Amino acid sequence: MGDPRRFSVQVEVLLREGIADPQGATIERALPALGLDGVTAVRAGKSFRFDVAATDDADALARATVVADRLLANPVIEESVVTVLPARTPA
Amino acid sequence: MAPRIGVVLFPGTNCEHDAVLALTRMGADAELVWHGATTLGHYDALILPGGFAHGDYLRPGAIARFSPVMGAVADYAASGGPVVGICNGFQVLTEAGLLPGALQKNRGLRFVCATVAVRVERDDTVLTGGVPVGTELAIPINHFEGNYTCDATTLAQLRDEGRIVLRYVDNPNGSVDDIAGVCNAGRNVVGLMPHPERASDPLLGSQDGTVLLGALLRSAGAAAPAA
Repeated sequence: MGDPRRFSVQVEVLLREGIADPQGATIERALPALGLDGVTAVRAGKSFRFDVAATDDADALARATVVADRLLANPVIEESVVTVLPARTPA
Repeated sequence: MAPRIGVVLFPGTNCEHDAVLALTRMGADAELVWHGATTLGHYDALILPGGFAHGDYLRPGAIARFSPVMGAVADYAASGGPVVGICNGFQVLTEAGLLPGALQKNRGLRFVCATVAVRVERDDTVLTGGVPVGTELAIPINHFEGNYTCDATTLAQLRDEGRIVLRYVDNPNGSVDDIAGVCNAGRNVVGLMPHPERASDPLLGSQDGTVLLGALLRSAGAAAPAA
């Protein structure tokens, strides 16, 4: 116990609610032209995957959240969602 | 003595020579400062010019903020030294927390390259000192992410404290409250999206940028230690 292991994490960065998202709006407007109706609330963002050394899931989440808050997202206009991914099956 | 102006060069900056040339022709002793520099105290003013610092990877300014020079820029600003961020330099200053708000993608996802009219709103900053409020200047903009954004509290604070330095006459990019430039509480750090160095010669179509650069040189002269 206590030895660092590597955890895979995903950070999703989206514009905050209330911040105009012209990319999402443009994608949404394009869909009906393809005959794809009924798609709403499209939001465009970024997704990051990386591995982090941590002792457990909670530690991995905490470390990845620091990465998200300090670099990956600009809190003035963006919000981030950090997820610790399920452990991969050992090779 | 001519004021010494440091023009900070990040990998990917591309307006540094324009800034140095414009300032030099106005009588300044301007030179490039590599982003690895950590000693800036001998300059009378600093400019963070336009371009794509560190490729604008992640977000404009997001990586540049961690360049070694930025700690020295923050110290320089904290000691009252004049610091001006132009376009990408403005984005770097917001990412670094030296100016409030953020620059997001332009309204309608439009890249805008045009000479626009901007109105001087303050005459008490390092970039507009002595320039009459209401003066309209024709200065080029050239950006995709120049749509100034901040929360309502910050906007109210900027208005109350008179920190909106420049406004667009005809908003080209969706910026909140037509904001083209803001300053910090000390009025010695100014960020603006328009490029004054590109309006510094009749051949460029406008010399109005020299009004702002001239004010900066006066500020730099005032900030210079007595010889």
